[in-house]
Amino acid sequence: MPLSPKPLSNVTLTFLLLTRLRLKCGDIQVIAEDTIIVEDYQKFAADGEVHCRVIPVESEHSAMSACIGASAVGARVATASASAGLALMWEILYCAASMRMPIIFTVANRALSGPINIHNDWSDTYGARDSGFIQIYTQSCQEAYDTTIMAFKIAEDHKVLLPIMVCIDGFILSHNVERVEMLPTEAVENFLGVREPFIKLDPDNPITMGPLALTDYYFEFKEQQDRAMDAVPEVFAQVETDFEKMTGRKYGMFEEYRTDDAEIIIFTHSTPGGTAKAVVDVLREKGEKVGVLRLRMFRPFPTKEIAEAVKNAKAVVVFEKCRSFGAPSNPLALELRTALYDLEKRPMVVDFVIGLGGRDCPPTTIVEGYEKTKEYLKKGKAPLFETLGVRK
Amino acid sequence: MTEPAALKLKDMLKKPEILTSGHRMCAGCAAPTIVKLMGMALRGPTIACEVTGCLEVATTIYPYTAWNIPWIHVAFENAAAVASGVIEAVDVMREKGRWSKEHVDVIAIGGDGGTFDIGFGAISGMLERGHDIVYMCYDNGAYQNTGIQRSGGTFPGQETTTSWAGKVSPGKEQRKKPLAEIVAAHRTPYVATVNPYHHRDFITKFRKALEVEGPAFIHAFSPCPRGWRSQTGKSMELAKLAVEVGLHPLYEIFDGTEYKMSGPSRSLKELRPLDDYWKTQGQFKHLFKPEWADFKKGLQEQVNADWELLKKKCGIE
Repeated sequence: MPLSPKPLSNVTLTFLLLTRLRLKCGDIQVIAEDTIIVEDYQKFAADGEVHCRVIPVESEHSAMSACIGASAVGARVATASASAGLALMWEILYCAASMRMPIIFTVANRALSGPINIHNDWSDTYGARDSGFIQIYTQSCQEAYDTTIMAFKIAEDHKVLLPIMVCIDGFILSHNVERVEMLPTEAVENFLGVREPFIKLDPDNPITMGPLALTDYYFEFKEQQDRAMDAVPEVFAQVETDFEKMTGRKYGMFEEYRTDDAEIIIFTHSTPGGTAKAVVDVLREKGEKVGVLRLRMFRPFPTKEIAEAVKNAKAVVVFEKCRSFGAPSNPLALELRTALYDLEKRPMVVDFVIGLGGRDCPPTTIVEGYEKTKEYLKKGKAPLFETLGVRK
Repeated sequence: MTEPAALKLKDMLKKPEILTSGHRMCAGCAAPTIVKLMGMALRGPTIACEVTGCLEVATTIYPYTAWNIPWIHVAFENAAAVASGVIEAVDVMREKGRWSKEHVDVIAIGGDGGTFDIGFGAISGMLERGHDIVYMCYDNGAYQNTGIQRSGGTFPGQETTTSWAGKVSPGKEQRKKPLAEIVAAHRTPYVATVNPYHHRDFITKFRKALEVEGPAFIHAFSPCPRGWRSQTGKSMELAKLAVEVGLHPLYEIFDGTEYKMSGPSRSLKELRPLDDYWKTQGQFKHLFKPEWADFKKGLQEQVNADWELLKKKCGIE
């Protein structure tokens, strides 16, 4: 039986994080100066409302380092960052993944400098896409809240043991105010249980973590990381099934919206996914055969499932908030093209880079991309990518 | 249960070694001796967090390890941050009944590159937050592991692969960063300089560092025959000489304010000339060329002045 929802108004992302602090089964929250998130955090900590130890580190580089140290002794660990802070962590992201530390990392996606900018795009986590973190992108506060709870269970599963980024669009979602059905703290604690580390730093059974591995073993470590990634979809599905039993909610690796008979499928994630669905509703009223595939899990990329989901469309139009400079197209489209390459009859792929540095992406941007896609279908040819919504 | 420190030779022989033989440190390197002396001071369960460096790469070549205590390495510049995570996690898990040991000591270890330079921000953060961690720097005066590049711990006049001695350069021209005093300026409860030759002084101080509440810092002088171009059998002598010439004086600083000169330095009537130290190592041989006579004289004056200042801080004379 799903639990009866407890609707709360004026819920912001802070509550999502507060949930972690209130959990008795959580241990360590590592924070650097960052966003509204950590300020509110410390306020709750000051009132004694938390069961986690907060480590207020001096930099994001140290934040991820302290996360690894805490995780290595068996604690349940979480942190949050964005943009330049995430970039400063870069080196240690790879260590966290390679050392198989199941750290939960909330990222408010924001542009990278320069010019310095504080607003939303996906350059920060896309840049970290090869770090070995699982990456899940969310569209609403509710989804971010639910995904964060599930993230602990996915990351800590012994078949996985990988760190995980739960991504929310900076400002658009991180500072959003939205009704969220919060779960009773006790229910979340029962769902998660206490972390059971596979190995840990233990004086009774001393081990060495983070050794030097050269030409003879390094590659095997990487092979094992890849196997762990391969195990994610199965564990993810199981965790979602359990979560659905408790809440009645599930999200999948991606969301398909009105795609059944769609000739053109919009492929995007995070908040543009919501905008795209609204656009699709209007276009459908006008008789257009269009749908949305909103991706959630970018790492590991659900290659086969996505190929299956879009294979009957005439075109897939990608909207993504990142430019991979010098690349033939951009991260999301590159993955999609790889996924589709082996199909006998491939849909056309059209790629639009939108919204860099927080440039607004109104429904008209999606419509413009859609109209262009129809033209390209008529011509039978599309450019590898284009930017939309920028002065050229 | 708190185990005593092993100060006497017969106790040292009985105390379990934290580092086994078979590691791949260079012949004559003082760092393994420093780690063994550290082990003699331990009072019970201990977790070591280390930065990237000679000691790290040469003691943990997968699938082997020389460490008999739980040990973790993550990166070059972050042992202080990793240790912060370890100590806080152990603490909170103990509060929640998920950590059986009553007490665990957490030690962070770094070379001079990882401590004076690239890891300094993380150390400063660790000190400011006041975690109960002992940070030990084994200082061999350069990034020896990556190929003898200069660091903030390199002495003036020292030749490295990024501070060559040449026709117009006498090696490194800048001063060595006064690390122990910078650490102490954080009002760190306990800071001490040590040296593997004076092993009783070393172990006593390391034990104090463990016992003090809050952060403590140990600055250990660590001769490096490979980088210094010195004889492999002379490392302990060089460590002793460094104290006698005043390049690595032994002292303690309590709460960032109270200085105390330690026995081996206090008992010096006067400093031996730096020439006695420089002539033992290839990395200083250029200093004996006539063109660097004035530079050399300046260095001697600098060390003399630093020594007088330190004596004053320690309330001597």
